[in-house]
Amino acid sequence: MGSITLKQVRKAFGDVEVIPGVDLQINDGEFVVFVGPSGCGKSTLLRLIAGLEDVSSGQILIDGQDMTQAAPSRRKLAMVFQSYALYPHMSVRKNIAFPLKMAGMDAAQQEARVKHAAGILNLTDYLDRRPGQLSGGQRQRVAIGRAIVREPSAFLFDEPLSNLDAALRVNMRVEISELHKKLATTMVYVTHDQVEAMTMADKIVVLRAGRVEQVGSPLELYRTPANRFVAGFIGSPNMNFIEGEPAARLGAHAIGVRPEHFAMSTTEGLLAGTVGVAEHLGSDTFLHIDLDNGSHIVARAAGEFPVHHGDRIFLTPQEGRVYRFDQNGLAL
Amino acid sequence: MATQHQRTLARFMVAPSVLLLLGWMIVPLAMTLWFSFQSYNLLSPGMEQFIGFTNYRYFLSDPAFWQAMANTLLIVGGVLVITVGGGILLALLLDQPIRGQGMVRILMIAPFFIMPTVSALVWKNMFMNPVNGLFAWMAKAVGAQPIDFLAQYPLMSIILIVAWQWLPFATLILLTAMQSLDSEQMEAAEMDGAGAWAKFTHLVLPHLSRAITVVILIETIFLLSVFAEILVTTNGGPGYASTNLTYLVYSQALLQYDVGGASAGGIIAVILANIVAIFLMRMIGKTLE
Repeated sequence: MGSITLKQVRKAFGDVEVIPGVDLQINDGEFVVFVGPSGCGKSTLLRLIAGLEDVSSGQILIDGQDMTQAAPSRRKLAMVFQSYALYPHMSVRKNIAFPLKMAGMDAAQQEARVKHAAGILNLTDYLDRRPGQLSGGQRQRVAIGRAIVREPSAFLFDEPLSNLDAALRVNMRVEISELHKKLATTMVYVTHDQVEAMTMADKIVVLRAGRVEQVGSPLELYRTPANRFVAGFIGSPNMNFIEGEPAARLGAHAIGVRPEHFAMSTTEGLLAGTVGVAEHLGSDTFLHIDLDNGSHIVARAAGEFPVHHGDRIFLTPQEGRVYRFDQNGLAL
Repeated sequence: MATQHQRTLARFMVAPSVLLLLGWMIVPLAMTLWFSFQSYNLLSPGMEQFIGFTNYRYFLSDPAFWQAMANTLLIVGGVLVITVGGGILLALLLDQPIRGQGMVRILMIAPFFIMPTVSALVWKNMFMNPVNGLFAWMAKAVGAQPIDFLAQYPLMSIILIVAWQWLPFATLILLTAMQSLDSEQMEAAEMDGAGAWAKFTHLVLPHLSRAITVVILIETIFLLSVFAEILVTTNGGPGYASTNLTYLVYSQALLQYDVGGASAGGIIAVILANIVAIFLMRMIGKTLE
């Protein structure tokens, strides 16, 4: 069991209101990702759930019980920190066993649980090493192991992959997803990387300035963004926004088209422009195009699209893939 | 990478300072060694002669020697226990967010800037004096008999004075070490269900172990040669109750004018310091692995 409910949770540091009031339902077994630009309050929200920060007002229910004022250790949640927060003077074995030792579990049972967790995470050969002797990915796994042994009702991850290099990040992303499938425990994951959010989440919570902008599955957010911020944040490269005459023609203040939703031609189309930089990645080609009306857009073309710097190009947005936004950035 | 040529040149360049430092150390040591085998008393000039190990035999068989030895170790040990223990407690307190933190920290460091003679005199005359002292006044205020600290508990009093001087040093080093403790580690421990005491023993103390080693090492070097505090308070007395090795060497040389015997004592002090140094180096080797 591991459902978490936030009711009008508000947090202020002195006069600065970081989270103005959030309502959120996290169901048992769900993989929920909080995503947003840095400083949007996503880590604070996670720390409020963990109990490391006190809420200014509102309620936090865990498994239906009011845990708003409960000490962190009583909430049955386990957290994996950005810096891993391993205890440097203890061996991997002792690190993983620490929460069990604090809970007063007997030594044989501790050992069994540590062995089990180490088996899941491929750490069996490293149990007697110190954290300082491990690589970044292994440290990350120890931190996860320390969370697993407690058999918590939910895991909280605070940007756990941001200290790893790009290749390792992709691997760990898959490992965490597999772990979620294996354990089927609720996971709450904070990241600023929308690719992590899209690939891992069952449900994404997009935050901006402490407010929930939209909640939904990755594809829901991709297909039907509620506003311009979500539309621009989800998807890579970012959605293109065009204002002025082409937007007015569709009865909107601005229109948004994703780079992958343009039909391209060198002879005719709705929008005309000049190719700036063409990034040939092999599988795709990203074209940076300066439109004649002054706006700058990025379009994705097939792998070997034969255009170069300075070529004229014509674009037509695909039917039904144009998002319309009003003056306030809300989707129409 | 330095070439062979560069390395040879470097050795030549360093040589003068190495020779200077070597001479600086060797000459006094050699002279002390030389005097320690001489019958050399300032009261009978021109009578110097080689007498072998007689000075050492006299110094070691002097009943004051073993007491001085014990007192030296007691001062080092006592002050270390008080400063490290008290330093940890004070560092824990000063690490808390309070108003006027900067001011409190400066006040805390102040005793370290006071000359040993001055602080010993202040303690002797203003705190421990059985008639005018603050402690005597406090004892009289509750109707108790004032304690004459320097006469009744001379060694303890000196340990107290020296510890008061060294407490800020220990506090300062331990405080900076404490501030470098990763706050996420503390939060992780909190999530893991560790209480305040468990966090202290499992996280803070291990984190401080290096800093504690440094404090012990540096303090020991200076505490082996405590002198001014003894000279201005008890003069090593009553009897030899507060005489340490340094003070015994001083009294041998400058109160009894026996340069030969004092030199022998000095060499013994050097040997003692080296034994202590070996133990400390081993301890450091272990914590700094």
